[in-house]
Amino acid sequence: MVRSRALGRVDRLGADAMNRMMSYVKTFALWELLKGLSVTQRNFFRKSVTLEYPDEKTPQSPRFRGLHALRRYPNGEERCIACKLCEAVCPALAITIESNVGEDGTRRTSRYDIDLFKCIYCGFCEEACPVDAIVETRLHEYHMEAPGENIMTKDKLLAVGEKYDAMISADKAADAKYR
Amino acid sequence: MEFFANLVPNFVWDIWNSLPPLVQYLTIVTWKILFVTIGVILIVAFSTYFERKVIGSMQARVGPNRVGPLGLGQPFADVIKLLIKEVIVPAKSNRFLFVIAPLLTLIPALATWAVIPLNDWYVIADINAGLLYVLALTSVGVYGVILAGWATNSKYAFLGAMRSAAQIVAYEIAMGFALVGILMAAGSLNLGDIVRAQGGGFLNWFWLPLFPLFLVYWISGVAETNRAPFDVAEGESEIVAGFHVEYSGVAFALFFLAEYANMVLISTLTAIFFLGGWASPFEGLAFLEQYHDLPLIGWVFGGGFPWLFIKMCFFMYTFFWLRATFPRYRYDQIMRLGWKVFIPITIIWIVVEGAMAWFEVGPWAGLTG
Repeated sequence: MVRSRALGRVDRLGADAMNRMMSYVKTFALWELLKGLSVTQRNFFRKSVTLEYPDEKTPQSPRFRGLHALRRYPNGEERCIACKLCEAVCPALAITIESNVGEDGTRRTSRYDIDLFKCIYCGFCEEACPVDAIVETRLHEYHMEAPGENIMTKDKLLAVGEKYDAMISADKAADAKYR
Repeated sequence: MEFFANLVPNFVWDIWNSLPPLVQYLTIVTWKILFVTIGVILIVAFSTYFERKVIGSMQARVGPNRVGPLGLGQPFADVIKLLIKEVIVPAKSNRFLFVIAPLLTLIPALATWAVIPLNDWYVIADINAGLLYVLALTSVGVYGVILAGWATNSKYAFLGAMRSAAQIVAYEIAMGFALVGILMAAGSLNLGDIVRAQGGGFLNWFWLPLFPLFLVYWISGVAETNRAPFDVAEGESEIVAGFHVEYSGVAFALFFLAEYANMVLISTLTAIFFLGGWASPFEGLAFLEQYHDLPLIGWVFGGGFPWLFIKMCFFMYTFFWLRATFPRYRYDQIMRLGWKVFIPITIIWIVVEGAMAWFEVGPWAGLTG
């Protein structure tokens, strides 16, 4: 009994010495370093995953929430009825609306401003709108050059809506069945 | 050669022959110097491009590709950008040393090329103490770094300079001992003779009998040039940019040039000392000897400058490869590696070499004949 335990210890010592020897051999053969180098060398021949942005673009979802737009009905009538639900739901207080009675006796907005610096692009305004008037388009490549250009006025919003009407309609149609 | 000589009209040769020998000599040497310097600077410019491409590939990126075809104009865009930027000298710096420090790093890096043989006959100064000259000049380069750190009068620059100084002192010794091994094997201090001593093909080059010294010399060279993973002197996560933190414009460009010129230099020296310089790996194969004098591809079998260039490119690639692979060493680990690992290894291998020479194996076979 005693004898075998002593032998076990000797074995263990032997194994320890062996392990230490092996670790020295590995150290001086630069084993770990060569392993690391082989990883980078393998990656060297791998195809790059870079997407060269201005020339190539990633696919966008129709739900992309970018620059805002105000839409019109096909007959040219403004959709917005100045219910101010978007102003109420906006968590960043980015929307300011004033309303009066329009020429045809209906309630219309006289002012509809979105401050793009305040906006967090959450899309709640679009969700809240009962007539699908305010939408967020997939446009994300825009910029401001002068102070004050960050305010999207009603005219600017309507202009965006008119210019990209086909794109917006297609996006909304593509997303309609999930709503 | 004769073909080119016939292109020049006779009266030019007459004028040339009427010049005193000293003027002829100086003209030839000046042209040689210009040729080598411009070559080195071009290699440096494109090695910055290839570094970014290689590291980009290893990280699954594409690297620079906007300026010119394949982005090959990038080095020139970088240089022009740096040249037209303002050089700002900090108010409390030592102005004279601040301005002269970049030159002190660059000049030794370029001056070392004087003794480097590009092929059998192209060497600017074929001196007998070439190896000593190389050792001396590569050590002088660190003065520029130390002076830059001190003259800037900024604590980050100073820390970088101190780190660099300690590191270079540590690795210079290992490097010197590795060269002692070369000296023992080649029996000469002249770099051309060192290459000629390695003649006879791939297996006769010194990397085989001196393998540990080869690794020690190469790794010390990486440390000496302050490149990753030994780049604590400019460790940007700790001391911003180290010794060149306050340098801008042309002054910074000179430091940049010096760093890459040193890399090219270390790569070339390693190729000369351990991989047979301009020698061809196929040398010594009897059935290939008939091809040694082929007009355009004779160098493949007979040796010549392209082989030195290929070997240098291999080591430059290894520089970039190391940089893409390893994280920066901790400072005490660098010191441990230099003092407690490399120096003992080199000393042990010098003793082993002594034994090999005694028993006349490897490059010493038939020494006493």
